[in-house]
Amino acid sequence: MRELLGQAWTVARKDLVLEFRTRTALLSAVVFTALVLTVFNFGRDPTAVATIDLAPSILWVTFTFAAMLALNRAFQLELENGALEGLLVSPLSRHSLYLGKVLANLGFVGVVEAVGLPLFVLFFNVPVGQVLLPLIGVIALATVGFVSVGTLFSAMVVRTRFAELMLPVLLLPFLLLPLTYAVQATARLLAGRPLSEVSGWLKLLAAYDLVFIAVALLLFPHTVDE
Amino acid sequence: MSLAQQGRRVVLAGLLLLGGVYVRALAFTPAQKIFYLHVPAAVTTELAVILVGLAGVFFLFLKDPRLDRFAEASAEVGTVFAGIVLTTGPIWGKPIWGTWWTWDARLTSTLFLFFLLISYHLLRGAVTDAGLRARYGAVLGICAVVLVGFIHLSVYLFPTLHPQPIVLRPGKPGLPPEMLVTLLLSFGVFLVLYVGFVMQRYAIALRREAASHG
Repeated sequence: MRELLGQAWTVARKDLVLEFRTRTALLSAVVFTALVLTVFNFGRDPTAVATIDLAPSILWVTFTFAAMLALNRAFQLELENGALEGLLVSPLSRHSLYLGKVLANLGFVGVVEAVGLPLFVLFFNVPVGQVLLPLIGVIALATVGFVSVGTLFSAMVVRTRFAELMLPVLLLPFLLLPLTYAVQATARLLAGRPLSEVSGWLKLLAAYDLVFIAVALLLFPHTVDE
Repeated sequence: MSLAQQGRRVVLAGLLLLGGVYVRALAFTPAQKIFYLHVPAAVTTELAVILVGLAGVFFLFLKDPRLDRFAEASAEVGTVFAGIVLTTGPIWGKPIWGTWWTWDARLTSTLFLFFLLISYHLLRGAVTDAGLRARYGAVLGICAVVLVGFIHLSVYLFPTLHPQPIVLRPGKPGLPPEMLVTLLLSFGVFLVLYVGFVMQRYAIALRREAASHG
């Protein structure tokens, strides 16, 4: 177990170091998120719909797109110079490779969301002061769900034609469910409902995360092996 | 007789039996008509998806190409049946509910299923290597079944306009017995149709493989 996590951390650290040294992908993703939030501001009629009614959808559609961008590059990175083959012949276990990629993606998406959330609060004037911690919990749980399935699919699509297009097509049906849970939870949080009304959705999100991490761990070796 | 011919005969028999079900439905049972297409098609779609997932699990262990061909065929037939569900539903919904479509949990979950099946075909189409295609198909099929399980759990959490399940409902009055019999007959007929279509689609997969090798 310790070895598994140690190896996973090695893979994750490699990816994150690469990401923070070049910064191109990360910066692009952050700018993209800011742009999507801006676009949403112009894509609605503020006199017709109250911001608070739209806010959860805006937040989650933005984060879904941001996650998709991040996941698209997760294995694209490894295609250059046959780096994926290198990883596969190294003494890493397949499971730790998957977990490492998940960790790196979580880091990447986490940074994007950490910039996106304050922007969202600022742009749409959403009162989050009271519910910041539970909201971060919802975001964390949903992001784990997005990334666990997304990393698995991202490993598959790199070897298909039209990989950039294929990932969203495969992934969106799987993201819609955690997205629905997260939107329901966020809407209740932002409306100032008691936490007991949110806990059911949080449990569903947690269940989704656990099940799909387990399924993806089992299936991942079949997607990368020759 | 080739597999494709056998499949055609099974489908023909299924269509004749479906005619028989409708004679019974129109002459001997009250009101419901589209019900005997919509509900069995929906159940058969789910069955098709579950079989795609099961075939995927076994494929990953046994690496038997027959399982992959079956999964591909089952997914394609499932797509057609999901299409039937999504067309017969609105035809019934417009006069009864007053709307073609509503974002109700049950309707949305069927749409989910349809999208899942479509993306399954898209993924298969985007992989050139046959061995890789089979493995990817298996992985996606298994994930799809897990997701379908989650969708089923979630459906009960949202308020719905759709009629509740009426056959497997313990303790409450269900369908009148004569309608239940017609429905069960219709299930049987859809199973026959499913088998017939899968046989034909399997035969196509075989021919494609022969063509690409030869």
